Amino acid sequence: MIDILNSIVVLANYVIIPAITYGSQLALGALGVTLIYGILRFSNFAHGDTMAFGAMVTILFTWLFQSWGITFGPLPTALLAIPLGILATAALLLATDKFVYQFYRRQKVAPVILVIVSMGVMFILNGLVRIIIGPNEQRFSDGERFIISAKEFKLLTGLKEGLAFKTTQGITIIMAIVLVVALFWFLNRTRTGKSMRAFSDNEDLALLSGINPDKVVMVTWVIVAALAATAGALYGLDKSFKPFIFLQLLLPIFAAAIVGGLGNPIGAIAGGFVIAFSEVLITYPLKRVLKYLMPENLEPSGLVQLLSTDYKFAVSFSILLIVLLFRPTGLFRGKSV
Amino acid sequence: MTTSVRNVGLFIFVACLIAGTGFVQSWNTALFILNMGLISAIMSLGVNMQWGFAGLFNVGVVGFVALGGLAAVLVSMPPVEEAWAAGGVQVLSGLVLGAVTVTAAVFIQTKMAPGRIKIYSTVGVLLVGFFVFRHVFDGGVDAVEAVNPAGTGYLGGLNFGGVNYKSWGFMTIISWPIGGVLAASVAWVIGKTALGLRSDYLAIATLGISEIIISVMKNEDWLSRGVKNVSGLPRPVPYEIDLQENAGFLEWVSSFGGDPVTTSSIIVKLGYGGLFTLVLVIILTLAQLALASPWGRMMRAIRDNEYAAGAMGKNIKARHLQVFILGSAICGVAGAMMTTLDSQLTPTAYQPLRFTFLIWVMVIVGGSGNNFGSVLGGFLIFFLWVQVEPIGTMLMQGITAGMADDNALRLHLLDSVAHMRLLTMGLILILVLRFAPRGLIPEK
Repeated sequence: MIDILNSIVVLANYVIIPAITYGSQLALGALGVTLIYGILRFSNFAHGDTMAFGAMVTILFTWLFQSWGITFGPLPTALLAIPLGILATAALLLATDKFVYQFYRRQKVAPVILVIVSMGVMFILNGLVRIIIGPNEQRFSDGERFIISAKEFKLLTGLKEGLAFKTTQGITIIMAIVLVVALFWFLNRTRTGKSMRAFSDNEDLALLSGINPDKVVMVTWVIVAALAATAGALYGLDKSFKPFIFLQLLLPIFAAAIVGGLGNPIGAIAGGFVIAFSEVLITYPLKRVLKYLMPENLEPSGLVQLLSTDYKFAVSFSILLIVLLFRPTGLFRGKSV
Repeated sequence: MTTSVRNVGLFIFVACLIAGTGFVQSWNTALFILNMGLISAIMSLGVNMQWGFAGLFNVGVVGFVALGGLAAVLVSMPPVEEAWAAGGVQVLSGLVLGAVTVTAAVFIQTKMAPGRIKIYSTVGVLLVGFFVFRHVFDGGVDAVEAVNPAGTGYLGGLNFGGVNYKSWGFMTIISWPIGGVLAASVAWVIGKTALGLRSDYLAIATLGISEIIISVMKNEDWLSRGVKNVSGLPRPVPYEIDLQENAGFLEWVSSFGGDPVTTSSIIVKLGYGGLFTLVLVIILTLAQLALASPWGRMMRAIRDNEYAAGAMGKNIKARHLQVFILGSAICGVAGAMMTTLDSQLTPTAYQPLRFTFLIWVMVIVGGSGNNFGSVLGGFLIFFLWVQVEPIGTMLMQGITAGMADDNALRLHLLDSVAHMRLLTMGLILILVLRFAPRGLIPEK
């Protein structure tokens, strides 16, 4: 019995909690990608760097607050700075839309041209972030490190294995839930949200029924800014902020959005967790879990690590490929351009 | 007439830029830009073949370039005999087992009647195959990597020159076409699975594959030493040090009063440049012939309207696969050439921004669909890639001239100049797409 509990704790500590956290971050990122795809109808390659930009502004304001002596008690100061990060990101995205994307939208160019344009935006944002904050790793988390640390957990339960639950993990999960609930309330209950869904389903019909396309596009960018800046800041808070890491995040984020079905918000969330759980589960050495469950003589000799952690991209990519080959529109019916 | 004059003018302009670098900065820098420009031009010819001819959106260029680099190591380095004795056969048989597993799974998928049994047997074959593969393969890898990990720790290549392998420099030239073949065979696998997908799915798929190729090269130490890098590849041109010790060379240099060290390095770079130019001319000629041939017309017809071309009886999928393989092979050749130029393989250097997206900037700026445009774009964008930094430094020093020397903002701005190039490339790409969407040398 104790063995089973111990194995569950190990699994929770090394797989379930990290995967839920990572999945929340991916889901927020994938929601942004999927919204842009649904409304603006292109795959935004600049999304990773938009996240980096939002995270960067959040970090700068966090430092400012810290230098003023403002803190958020046991919670990280960054939480106070995230709204400012969202504002700055929204301003940036609206400016890019006005100066870059709007022109092509008016011309009704092929989606793939917009993808190439977003590559240009990606370069600019990437350069901008590196110029402003530098290419190095930045740490900006403060406050209490743990909601419950491994030591406390062991004392509390008397189990052999500890369970650590970091504050940043808790915040990530709560923030993700709040944002997703707010987003779905907005999309399903408000007039603007409904017009956005109508626009995404059928552009011509939506235009005929008097929906203002410029407003829909503007609202979309603002929502995307909120999602991207929060996702970026939470990722930086939970792991660490490195400008180049966000370009690498592009692949799992796109995989999540496509696996769920591009253009479908529920799909993006599901996709995020599918990708996160498989990445963590396949690259974690399961021996520590199995040794509690198996009789001693059957204990596995190797680490039972299916793939080394360096291949986590391969995991998200293989899932993407499998889904695309067997169910090309994703788990939840997405759309295709 | 006027357009061709304009095009020639553009090429002369870029040549002047590079020559100007030689006069203002140094001839070593100018030749570096020239050589890398030649390689970049070949890469953008490859991407242009996929995008410009056929409209395929490949953002995995860096993966094919890296495969070319891998080929350069696998062909031109000497085999590590102890490693082969320790576990070479085991590694190879592991790989064969892996390949057999995948083939069996694909076979089941294509040949069996749909239903539950098909799914179970596919999954079963894959699972059993995976564990057998890991068991055999891991043992071999451990044995190979244990052999002198600081010096070799990998299987080495196919250069049978023995101790004097460095004098077998021609092996590196042989590795160029082999790099192309390696990239082509991987492209075949990718194309078979991903080419049926929509354009932006193909983009994500190629992005993913290239990430996987790079992480394999970073982590599989038995193959190419991973992040420990392979250095000291043989060279197809003489070594500077040999030239400097050559009496005839010294005499020739002193006849016009040159510095032997500088001159020798310029001669070596010119040697590379000559070889690269030869390759570029061959590939460019072939690409031009292909573009003008009925095959090229068919490709453009498919690009402009897949359905119409399909209705005319063209096999869209096969043609896409063909052009995808060809373009990737060209990128592979360029990758092998680049590793030859560097004389070392550094897996961490393969950044998608540098080798995928920058090549795309070259193709778009040069003019997609036009081979000469791609070549021009390759030279011009690489020139800017190198020169943005010194120009930016001058600019920043001008802007911040009024500030105190230890002003924090001034120091930060001067530090950040190194990242100006990304910003500039993005700006160039967006401006060209906006104001000259067909590029500097548009398609006819």
